[in-house]
Amino acid sequence: MLRRILLGLAIMLAVAFGAFYAWQWRGELPPASTSAHAFDPGIVAKGAQLAAIGECGVCHTRAGGRPYAGGFPVQTPFGVVYGTNITPDRETGIGAWSEEAFRRAMREGVARDGTHLYPAFPYDHFTRLTDGDISALYAFLMTREPAAQANRQPQLDFPLNFRIFAAGWQLLFLSKGPYRNDPAQSAAWNRGAYLVEGVGHCGGCHTPRNAFGAERKHEAYGGGASEGWSAPALNASSPAPVPWTVDQLTAYLKAGFADQHGFAAGPMQPVVANLGKAADADVRAIATYVASFIGPRNAADRQRQTDAALAFAKQRAVNVGDLARTTTGVATADDRSAGGVLFAGACASCHRSGGGLPASRPIALALSTPVNASDPDNLLRIVADGIHPPAGERGPIMPGFSGALTDPQIVALADYVRAHYSRGQAWPNIAAALADIRRNPTPAMEAP
Amino acid sequence: MTVLNVNGKQHEVDADPRTPLLYVLRNDLALNAAKFGCGLGQCGACTVLVDHNPVFSCVTPIAALEGRYIRTVEDLGTIDKPGPIQRAFIEEQAAQCGYCIPGMMMRAQALLEKNAAPSDAQIREAMAPNLCRCGTQMRILRAVQRAAKLMTVELNEPREMKG
Repeated sequence: MLRRILLGLAIMLAVAFGAFYAWQWRGELPPASTSAHAFDPGIVAKGAQLAAIGECGVCHTRAGGRPYAGGFPVQTPFGVVYGTNITPDRETGIGAWSEEAFRRAMREGVARDGTHLYPAFPYDHFTRLTDGDISALYAFLMTREPAAQANRQPQLDFPLNFRIFAAGWQLLFLSKGPYRNDPAQSAAWNRGAYLVEGVGHCGGCHTPRNAFGAERKHEAYGGGASEGWSAPALNASSPAPVPWTVDQLTAYLKAGFADQHGFAAGPMQPVVANLGKAADADVRAIATYVASFIGPRNAADRQRQTDAALAFAKQRAVNVGDLARTTTGVATADDRSAGGVLFAGACASCHRSGGGLPASRPIALALSTPVNASDPDNLLRIVADGIHPPAGERGPIMPGFSGALTDPQIVALADYVRAHYSRGQAWPNIAAALADIRRNPTPAMEAP
Repeated sequence: MTVLNVNGKQHEVDADPRTPLLYVLRNDLALNAAKFGCGLGQCGACTVLVDHNPVFSCVTPIAALEGRYIRTVEDLGTIDKPGPIQRAFIEEQAAQCGYCIPGMMMRAQALLEKNAAPSDAQIREAMAPNLCRCGTQMRILRAVQRAAKLMTVELNEPREMKG
């Protein structure tokens, strides 16, 4: 009897696997006859805008590498997946991909040869693109300079290194198909929703992921992680002291600075650098959509929170007199705690009231999202490594203090900054958070 | 009273613990190599070494420095006996106005202590925080390359270098 049950189970499993195997099987699409395409320059320009909003170059270009030739290590909880070569090189890139093959990859996460792509490539978002926009992206990529650079194989834990697991993931978590307009919303809102949910794939970092690495749809924009940084929540639990507005979001996304929130740092730097190239109306549409769900829901609450945050920032402004220029007669900066002393000598010359920087004047720290976040990770990264513009770009500079301050000193400093500039609770274990960051430094440039 | 170890000597300093190191070096210890440029950690003219790391002394309070090992250009050599970094900068005539050079030399020293034969790209990356407004960057790059060779020679033939 037992044998019969086991046999029956085995047959059922075999049939289920067979059905799944048949379901997931995708054929190889024939190579495009030629990679010498002629594209309408207008379509290519449209594709360039979409590629900027989609940040394609970030994951598909390694540090110092040729544009779109791949090699950037995307860190996931399951291992490292390397951005692939999406230049039109026929051997190592996607030069042999027809537009049909490209569309299948964007919509279904399947490569030209029929293998399933890992969801580090965010096709759960790209599937929302219209046919016209996928064509435009194809035209843009096919007119890039071909670069012969072989792809690096993903380094994933067993058994995820078998690509059939990507097919299983798709079965569970991929809902295919283009974005549908919400007729109850404005045209700008719908445009923003299309860009954010689709090519922009903002949820890729700002939405928490489940045990399978899929975005938790019912916690959309509840805050996630990216390259060792915390990606703040963009929903009602946004940690920004002053609730974001359409204008503040537009300024931040377009120029990397909003005067009630500060400068973009970490993985948002390349995002805002790219959005600087996007059409103003599209950036504003993105801001319109995000502003519709970020922070408190009703206007009275927003106003109350704004007033309270600005009043607190004013109250907590530090004046350090002439500390930066003399060794005697030091005035003010009353706090004699270890962190307070370090702040006065290391931070206050720029972060005192009014700031000391002529060009990139820092905002009041009480308005800073990292200082008011639920964990100290982003503040610690900024204090340790500083803020530097991407290579070749302009931008604000804050020096990193890793060499100047010891780790216990950085912990004391972060504790002081939290206590002085946030109404939130003290962070319970800053030292452990910093130790964790030391074990996992910001992924640096990798040699090919 | 703060006790600072600068260039291997202990100094008792009677200054507010919040005071940036730069002012103590220049005003209290008469070590004038490190320069005040911006006072904001943006230009690098004040760069010194703390525990072998280059730091901006204008934004490093002495409260952070007790028991740590501070080095300035005065430690690299003297006018009569310039050290390899200093010789390299002189031989390449890397200074125009010279104001940034002490900071440049300390940052170069830190690089060469970690990497005895850096590539051009590595030198550019390491030296990036320090600004030169005169435009002698190409000579500074050559000076760091030359210093790397001089240091290697000195390590390999210590006796010949004395004299």
